[in-house]
Amino acid sequence: MSLNQEVELLRAIPLFAKIEVSKLKLLAFTSERLTFESGQDLCRQGDMGDAMYVIVEGAADVLIDTPGGPLKVAELHKNEFVGEIAILCDVPRTATVTARERTTTLKITKDLFFRLVQEFPQMAVEIMRELAHRLEMANARLRQAQARNQS
Amino acid sequence: MERNLFKYVWRHTRREQFAILVIIILAQIFYFLSLNIPKTIVNGAIQGKAFERDAQGNVIPGDTTNFFTIDIPVPSFISDVGTIRVFDGVPLVQVEYLIALSLLFLAMVVINGLFKRNINTQKGRMGERMLRRLRYELFDRVMRFPQGHFRKVKQAEIATMVKDEVEPLGGFIGDAFVQPVFLGGQAATALFFIVTQSFWLGMVAVSVLAVQVVLIPQLRKKVLILGKERQLTARQLAGRIAESVDGSADIHANATSNYERADIVHRLGRIFLIRFELYQRKFTVKFINNLLAQSTPFFFYLIGGYLAITGRLDIGGLVAVIAAYKDLPPPIKELIDWDQQRQDVQIKYEQVIEQFTPEGMLEPELQAPLQEGAPAVSGPLALAGVSVFDETYGRLLDGASFSIGADSHVAVIGPPGGGKEAVALLLARLVHPATGSAKLGEHDLDRLPEIATGARIGYAGLDTYLFPVSVRENVLYGLKQQERGKAEYEGEAKRRHERFVAEAKRAGNPLFDVNSHWIDYEIAGATGPDDIDDRILDLLPAVELEDDIYRLGLRGTVDPDAHPDVAEAIMKARAELHQRLNDPQIAALIEPFSREAYVRNMSVAENLLFGTAAEADFAPERLAQNPLVLKVLDELGLTDEFLAMGRQIAETMVELFADLPPGHPFFEQFSFISAEDLPEFRVMVARIAGKGGLDSISADDRNRLLALPFPYVEARHRLGLVDDAMQERLLKARAALAEALPAGAVEVYDREKYNRAATLQDNILFGRLAYGQAQASERIGSLITEVLDKLEMRRTVVGVGLDFNVGNSGKRLNAAQRQKIGLVRALIKRPAMLVVNDATAVLDGGSQARLMAAILKLRKGSNVIWVLSRPALAEQFDEVLALRDGRVIAQGAYEDLKTGSAVSDMLAAE
Repeated sequence: MSLNQEVELLRAIPLFAKIEVSKLKLLAFTSERLTFESGQDLCRQGDMGDAMYVIVEGAADVLIDTPGGPLKVAELHKNEFVGEIAILCDVPRTATVTARERTTTLKITKDLFFRLVQEFPQMAVEIMRELAHRLEMANARLRQAQARNQS
Repeated sequence: MERNLFKYVWRHTRREQFAILVIIILAQIFYFLSLNIPKTIVNGAIQGKAFERDAQGNVIPGDTTNFFTIDIPVPSFISDVGTIRVFDGVPLVQVEYLIALSLLFLAMVVINGLFKRNINTQKGRMGERMLRRLRYELFDRVMRFPQGHFRKVKQAEIATMVKDEVEPLGGFIGDAFVQPVFLGGQAATALFFIVTQSFWLGMVAVSVLAVQVVLIPQLRKKVLILGKERQLTARQLAGRIAESVDGSADIHANATSNYERADIVHRLGRIFLIRFELYQRKFTVKFINNLLAQSTPFFFYLIGGYLAITGRLDIGGLVAVIAAYKDLPPPIKELIDWDQQRQDVQIKYEQVIEQFTPEGMLEPELQAPLQEGAPAVSGPLALAGVSVFDETYGRLLDGASFSIGADSHVAVIGPPGGGKEAVALLLARLVHPATGSAKLGEHDLDRLPEIATGARIGYAGLDTYLFPVSVRENVLYGLKQQERGKAEYEGEAKRRHERFVAEAKRAGNPLFDVNSHWIDYEIAGATGPDDIDDRILDLLPAVELEDDIYRLGLRGTVDPDAHPDVAEAIMKARAELHQRLNDPQIAALIEPFSREAYVRNMSVAENLLFGTAAEADFAPERLAQNPLVLKVLDELGLTDEFLAMGRQIAETMVELFADLPPGHPFFEQFSFISAEDLPEFRVMVARIAGKGGLDSISADDRNRLLALPFPYVEARHRLGLVDDAMQERLLKARAALAEALPAGAVEVYDREKYNRAATLQDNILFGRLAYGQAQASERIGSLITEVLDKLEMRRTVVGVGLDFNVGNSGKRLNAAQRQKIGLVRALIKRPAMLVVNDATAVLDGGSQARLMAAILKLRKGSNVIWVLSRPALAEQFDEVLALRDGRVIAQGAYEDLKTGSAVSDMLAAE
């Protein structure tokens, strides 16, 4: 895939939708495109993280270690991103992300991520929106779980 | 060592000095004979005085004279015949006579020249031999210095002394005795002649001379002191510079570079002042010297003239005296110079010798080679009342007494500086007992030959020094106590070697030969170079070094001619790996090399070359400047394509990086163009976009543009520059370049051939890792390991890893690896006693315990004495020896001691 095609692809991702084309080109040029085979881990729970991933193609499972074994908490699809918590809060990876099929990602390093967020507040808003959405999802699940426990 | 340079030189060179003196005297005879020839040519041959002449003074044609008549004068008390004619000579006519005399003159010139050459050669050779002897003796002393002395002297200073400071001595030694004799003789002759001509004028010359001889050395005293200071300050400068080099990391970390500069400036300033004063004084002395020398004729003119006027001296005599006096100043001046040089080198010599005679040097006998080889040294170790002092007379051991069984494993513990380190140093003979006795079996430990202790006691210290050779050589360094067999030489090499040996003897050097067989394979349990690697490989897992060496092996190269078996095995591994490419998961990781396919994960330059450059001009990063490559591209009409690609790259870079601040890491990581060059390329791109196109830029700019596509990697940079059509054209260029390449410049990739310029790993891989595959390098790494294990080639690769050059002081390895090599070096001797002085302290706790267990297992039934900084580790040992304040405070089994107050305190302190 050439750089120009890649830029087109990035523009389709809501996270980058508001960013100028030239910046997207720089993003595409400087960030590594990593392909994971089915079953390979994008990141492992507990490891230190230095990058986030945008899924360009394929799908991945988000798993959390529990005493009863790994628990799948979410699924990631094309145009979604993952791994932002570790680089935002400087904490170890909070979950394991495993490719379900052959998955192509755009690896955005910590440096590049902060640069982009600083330069494009729109992107920060986009990330906040996504994080809030995930928090709401988590709360909903918590309510469900509590309801189940009480009944 | 002899403190007086003259005595030292005289002792070793008197025969040569005499021989040179004899030749010089002989040369003088010929010299004086040759002085007379020009006169004979002018008077006898040209003016014809040697022939019978007619009344007009013309030589009578046909008259002959005898050439080369030899008469020997007979002293009158034997007979009054006057002379005896030995040879009547050859009768010659005038022209013949002229030719003969001229030829004789020429012969004399040649003979005198040959004498001079011979004398200078002999003097030079003698000086060089003495210099060699002196340097060797100094180095010999370094080998015998007590360890404490190395904390006082700087290595750079020692090197400067051995290398530079004794150098002028070599030049002087040739003249040390010959010069004063010769010059003194000349001066005395001239003086004698003057005295015979006129006693009083002679006395004038003598008295001026006396003033010169007394005054000048007085004036030079200060010069000599300054010379001494100059030498010292220069030596210290060398030492200081070495310190700045050694301490560079701390200088940067503390930002003290300016402080260092200040220090050097201060020193340079002092050296300048010393040297300048030296110059001033030297030239003042020279001035006075010349003044005195040239004032003598003043006295001659004045006094001699007065004597002549008053008729007490005839004018002829005065002229003769003045003429003779011309011959007096040069030798006197040279004599005074010689004296100056003598004092100078004497001071230099003393200064050097002073540094090389520390207290407590090892006796030479203890290092002498042993005819019968290293004696077996074993048996229980018994120390009785041993005290050891450091160089500042601090007590390291204070009347320590203990004994250790010949096969027990003993941990030595205690607070730092409490004496445990001293025990290890004592056993390695790095410190020596001041009082008490240390016995190993029936031997006095301190009186054992060093060869015996070096061979039988394995020592691994806190800091292992590695020499800048291969890992293997560093391990085998522990087996080179003495020559095991002389190297065999044949033919020309033998002749050269014999000369070498003879010369070494003349210079008093020992007859050790670095090419001899030095390695004691037997002691390592091997029979020779063929199976010694197996012994090393057996030891590597115990110190957990095998994986490291294996990785070094994969990065190493092998000469397939020297090791065809290795190359063949690697080719098998390549075939095996490439078979696995049928698995699409693996195929995605590697892009294999093929002559007919463009490799998208490789740069354009590498694709053109398609091989490993053996010559620097063909290295990928220099390919854009290589005229041959440019010519090939031009012939295939690719120059314009490259320019177009270059233009596209430049445009993209200008667009992408325009807003980035200079110095942004992206420039280094991703840009083809540096931040400084970006504005120029922006102008270039703008100009090309204008009316003129590519023609509007200079040739220089064209070349820069042309160079841009060379490092372009399609799979990585993804600008879409190399499409299928372009791939075809580049493949054609690859083929054309392969035809045009000079032989041996590039080792071209060949599926069926081992590539000698590439690493083992690259040879196995025979392809490029694909960009953008997660963990590709780790996955391929484990795949290669899998293949090698399947083919049972791990040991082969580790063997190649042993060839890895560890760099200066082993700096290419990390501290843990260096220490592990130090342990292997001690273990491979299979020593009677293994002494480990906290050598594993750089490792983490877990590895330390594992390593210790493995080594103790390996040494089951043999003695181990291990100094530990962490007493808890002592649990693995048969016995524990605890020291405090230089005394033994407890000895016994760990279980028994750990509850006792002495050891439990130490355990608690951990």
